[in-house]
Amino acid sequence: MKVIKKSPIKAVLSSLTLALISSTTMAQELSITVTNLTQGLHFTPVITAAHNSENQIFMSGQMATSELQAMAEGGDISGLANLLSNADANINENPAAGLLAPTMSTSFTLTNESANTHLSLAAMILPSNDGFVGLDSWTIPEEAGTYTVFLNAYDAGTEANNELRGSGAPGEAGMPVPPPLDTSIGMNGTGITDMESNNKVHIHRGSLGDDDMTAGKSDINNSVQRWLNPIAKLTITVQ
Amino acid sequence: MLTFNTFQKITNKVTRPLLVASLLTIGLGACNDNTAEVVMPPVVTPVTPPIEVSYSITLTNLTYAQPLSPVAVALHGDSKMWQVGQAASAELEKLAEGGDNSDFIALATNIATTSGEGPVPPGASTTLEISTTDPMANYFTLATMLVNTNDAFSGLTGVDISTLALNQEKSWRLNVYDSGTEKNDEAVGTIPGPADGGVGYDAVRNDIDLVGYHSGVVSKDDGLSSSVLTQAHRFDNPAVKLTITRTK
Repeated sequence: MKVIKKSPIKAVLSSLTLALISSTTMAQELSITVTNLTQGLHFTPVITAAHNSENQIFMSGQMATSELQAMAEGGDISGLANLLSNADANINENPAAGLLAPTMSTSFTLTNESANTHLSLAAMILPSNDGFVGLDSWTIPEEAGTYTVFLNAYDAGTEANNELRGSGAPGEAGMPVPPPLDTSIGMNGTGITDMESNNKVHIHRGSLGDDDMTAGKSDINNSVQRWLNPIAKLTITVQ
Repeated sequence: MLTFNTFQKITNKVTRPLLVASLLTIGLGACNDNTAEVVMPPVVTPVTPPIEVSYSITLTNLTYAQPLSPVAVALHGDSKMWQVGQAASAELEKLAEGGDNSDFIALATNIATTSGEGPVPPGASTTLEISTTDPMANYFTLATMLVNTNDAFSGLTGVDISTLALNQEKSWRLNVYDSGTEKNDEAVGTIPGPADGGVGYDAVRNDIDLVGYHSGVVSKDDGLSSSVLTQAHRFDNPAVKLTITRTK
């Protein structure tokens, strides 16, 4: 008797629960702010993607893909965008419309489909040879709220950290120097190293730099363009 | 007669164009000659005795050789006393360049404040108490300078601690900010801490004038020839451990 009395309520409750669950697992709207926490690094165009659990932009301890290499050495995210798009990811590209300057933030929204449960992000850091700020497969919470994630600097392991002006083309030595950075980066350095013995993606060991803008070992300014982790803050609001 | 509020309640059920029309009529009528006749219900203010809330704040210096300047603690309304990407206030500049927290603590927006009595040496801890009866004082700020630097400070600001239950504690590991107000040349005479004993605060702003995270000390041992600092003054994140306990 009691069971009969209760069951309609139970039925309503469980259908409500189902409705709630299905609404959260269908599509979510994410409001995302990326803050460059540093005072001396620029970020090249940022790529952010919600993707399924089987895909990744990068993975520590694994060799970089050629698409990751192009991003990390030259700031070119088109290859990563293609890869992600072929994997049915939801993608945001270049929200700052160019470089994200030191201490600056950029915001955007990303709507992720139900299968795209993980969030990743990458952008090259300048000045560096193949350094990038990264987020690898953060599980997007189902619960509405605001979440903060701090990001570290990685090294793609694809280019020697010679810390010299040079090329942003994959496989070519040196650091790309776009016009806004031209005056803050030194010249005529002799080079820190021409070896890259760890060719897997790893946490960047940091730049050495020097205090000589016209000579020395490095074209990086050691009192401005070094960093300590974390170098970026991600604020994600799940609607 | 009906008060205006009651009337509005009734008309809320009417369709929108009608509601607008009748509100307009009432508004015009009130303007003409009926204003004096509108009777507002008396406002009842509930009298609640002030409730005192107290917090115990324990801070540990995690660095190797960076004494922390006397810790500034404030409770205030919903605001942040610094932000990455914004210029530091003059009061924060004074704290971050010279370790002097007096102006920072004296800010009018602070509701309750307290200050550490002296510097906190590396490896040491200090505990401070702060209390308030003001229901608006829900947000917490703490700031302290790493004194063997040009303008590095650590802390956190605008954190809502009103959700802490009695005897509940919350901990943070704090990173190091750069106030962006003084170039990190580590030069003789510019570092107020024992590594130099130089001038701390200088009103001139010769850096990017935006608060950000600190890039760390270079030191003369690691290639900054102008530096008075040694390898011993280098630090990494986090630099401070902070625990807040609600004690009342």
